[in-house]
Amino acid sequence: MTSTVHKHILDNGLTVLLKPVYNTPIINWRVLYRVGSRNERTGQTGISHWVEHMMFKGTPTWPGGVLDQVISREGAHWNAHTFIDFTAYYETMPADRIDLALQIEADRMTNALFEEEEVASERTVIISERQGNENSPTFWLGEEVTGAAFRVHPYHHEIIGDMADLETMTRDDLYGHYRRYYMPNNAIAVAVGNFDPDRMLARIIELYGDIPTGELPPPVLRPEPEQRGERRVEVRRAGQTSFLKIAYKAPRAADPDWFKLAVLESVLAGPSGMGGGSVGNKTSRLYRELILTGLAAGISCSLVPTVDPYLMEFNVVVREGRTLEEAQAVLDAQLERVRNEDISEAELHKAIKQARALFAYSTESVSDQSFWMAFCENFDSYTWFENYVANLSAVTVADVRAAAEQYLDPRRRTVGWYIPENEGAAQ
Amino acid sequence: MTTANPIPGPDDVLRRVLPNGIVVLARENFAAQSVVISGSLPAGALFEAPQQAGLASFTASTLLYGTHNRDFETLHETLESLGADLDFDAGVHACAFGGKSLAEDLPTLLDLLGDALRFPTFPSDHVERYRGQLLTGLQIRMHDTRYRAGQAFRALAYPAGHPYARSADGTLDTVPDLTRDMLAAFHAHHFGPRGLIIAIVGAVPAEEAIETVEKALGDWTNPAQPEEPPLPPITPLKGVRREDVAVPGKTQSDIVLGVPGPSRRDPDFHAARLVNSVLGLFGMMGRLGETVREEQGLAYYSYSVVEGESGPGPWRVSAGVNPANVERAVESIVHEVERIASEPVSAEDLADNQSNFTGQLPLQLENNEGVATAILRMERFELGLDYLRTYAGMINALTVEDLLRAAETYWKPGAYALAVAGPDSAEA
Repeated sequence: MTSTVHKHILDNGLTVLLKPVYNTPIINWRVLYRVGSRNERTGQTGISHWVEHMMFKGTPTWPGGVLDQVISREGAHWNAHTFIDFTAYYETMPADRIDLALQIEADRMTNALFEEEEVASERTVIISERQGNENSPTFWLGEEVTGAAFRVHPYHHEIIGDMADLETMTRDDLYGHYRRYYMPNNAIAVAVGNFDPDRMLARIIELYGDIPTGELPPPVLRPEPEQRGERRVEVRRAGQTSFLKIAYKAPRAADPDWFKLAVLESVLAGPSGMGGGSVGNKTSRLYRELILTGLAAGISCSLVPTVDPYLMEFNVVVREGRTLEEAQAVLDAQLERVRNEDISEAELHKAIKQARALFAYSTESVSDQSFWMAFCENFDSYTWFENYVANLSAVTVADVRAAAEQYLDPRRRTVGWYIPENEGAAQ
Repeated sequence: MTTANPIPGPDDVLRRVLPNGIVVLARENFAAQSVVISGSLPAGALFEAPQQAGLASFTASTLLYGTHNRDFETLHETLESLGADLDFDAGVHACAFGGKSLAEDLPTLLDLLGDALRFPTFPSDHVERYRGQLLTGLQIRMHDTRYRAGQAFRALAYPAGHPYARSADGTLDTVPDLTRDMLAAFHAHHFGPRGLIIAIVGAVPAEEAIETVEKALGDWTNPAQPEEPPLPPITPLKGVRREDVAVPGKTQSDIVLGVPGPSRRDPDFHAARLVNSVLGLFGMMGRLGETVREEQGLAYYSYSVVEGESGPGPWRVSAGVNPANVERAVESIVHEVERIASEPVSAEDLADNQSNFTGQLPLQLENNEGVATAILRMERFELGLDYLRTYAGMINALTVEDLLRAAETYWKPGAYALAVAGPDSAEA
């Protein structure tokens, strides 16, 4: 997998990252726009995600219905995803057919139609997507916890958006958002796979070089004020299972402290996968104290690399017959322990070895590599991914303790309880 | 051995049958530092009585909870300190396992695999704890509309008592009664080298990988291991069988509509997959996506799939819709299904889908796991090691008539099973 990344910035501001990988017959092409739900204002929540849907509805060159036929015929796996910090589109294709992907992404960077009737039909699809999410208890809990944790910063709302906005946003709102954020100087384009980098760059310049530079949208300037006390939310809805979520304010990914918390995540709840494979968490502290003691049916931790400071979240599925109070007491004790005592050297070494393995798994596929390069370039630099194992390996036991003391401060957290209401339980 | 051809074939997959019957297949890939194992043995839910539903799955899930050589702590400390992973899971036909590690740790990974497969002790305390987790998981699923629709569909589409009619995971009624001794007996009887297949793909020389398997499992025998029982016959559906499942407090309804489809070994399997692609996969989910999602805006998702494995698995359509739109969506789905089973697809549709299938093949082989899964499937269904190399020829030989024949064989007019799970009508 060792190969050089070629980075270029075109005259119009488009960032291009090229990584040739010669042992594969395919190429992944990805265009990431620096716009996600963090760029949305009240009244237009969910607009980035909806715009993503509209990007599949055609351009004058590739009308709706034709676009997906044309690309599927070539055997492509293609899709898009909207995150809090970005919206990205990708195609994985046999290497000799990749030109089509390059053409399609260049075309829809500026020429998407956003036809009125397509917007109307997609409104119900999007509402249906939100309703599908609402069928899950953890969606309701997550939405409330995130909303309580961020009062000012637009990380406040879910990517899917609030129902009130999904019902009222107009075609012009959507098209305006597209014109504001979709431009070469607000985008990162990545190719990983079997190609000659010089020829690939020449073709990218040919297709993307003439797309005009746009006026960069204003930066997001609503930082979340420091939280100075615990916040609590409850969700009472149908079900028979209780869920606990505790979210602490975490640093942004470009902050060196982020890696210290990544070690802590690994020690407490097992490491997060990087695509391509995972590692179990049965020796993690929370598994031992919550699962092996019969208090919980599941535990997890999530620490996502983000542009602005986000959250480190601990999740517990409480076992039938046990209570939220019991589960939280044990979780609190474990979180307090890492603030008061050093983790062991053995735990640190295990976290580092796990990171090394997970990193190796993620390099098996060109799609995973392309994802990480674009993802990291957005919040820092593609080298963040390349240096991941080295940065994690530099963390010391004392660093972890200091990070726990600072970030796992109960005054910086939001506690969420999903309390099942049993009336009309499913039969 | 070289892996210059990205499509695995007889010249770069080393296949060896060990004296005890285990089949090992190895393929080298030195592009990343990792290695993957993927395997299966015939110890699925097919071997359990209906009142013991979930026994095979419970057994598989607790193999790594303690062995004669290592306790729970040691097993998982060994795995996790290497950044390795090993999982067992039983479906209807087989207990499947998968593992992953850095190449340097393959001997340890295979040693743990051998230990778990051969010497599990099913410690009572861990079994009870896992039962609690399992029951909580099943409780959560009782409130999951997709799961409930899928379960109700299976019970409608297959005869009562057929293993395909029930979940291999068991139910809230059966799981509490599965004892630790039942798990141990199921293991003693059904786990053995016969029918065991292991594929290994990654940065390890193929010969060395096979020798390592031989060291871990080469001397394993189990004369008690029974033959796989034949599947009970299925009777074609006559008319519409429908069930509506009320799940309180939900905002979306899930629909599953389908019939028993072809098995992986049926000669019309590829024709069925290809015509299914026209119906509910190609582009943005085929004709179903076009009408139900795009034109009518009824659903966030609407697609169809041919599940076919060792037996006549479902050929089903799934959709998630607003509760108010259920009947309209069902009507559209039925219309598209009847159309695909009565009118030939166009030559253009055929060509587009053939091109999609052949173009997608290398994408499915993008990582070690994809390659290992493909190799395992070739062995399990006796497709031959040149299967992937001849795949494009097979797909391109299919005709419009082949596709129509496959669709009419399984989809008879007005005969299907339909399950809808969502809020009850008073709520919606």
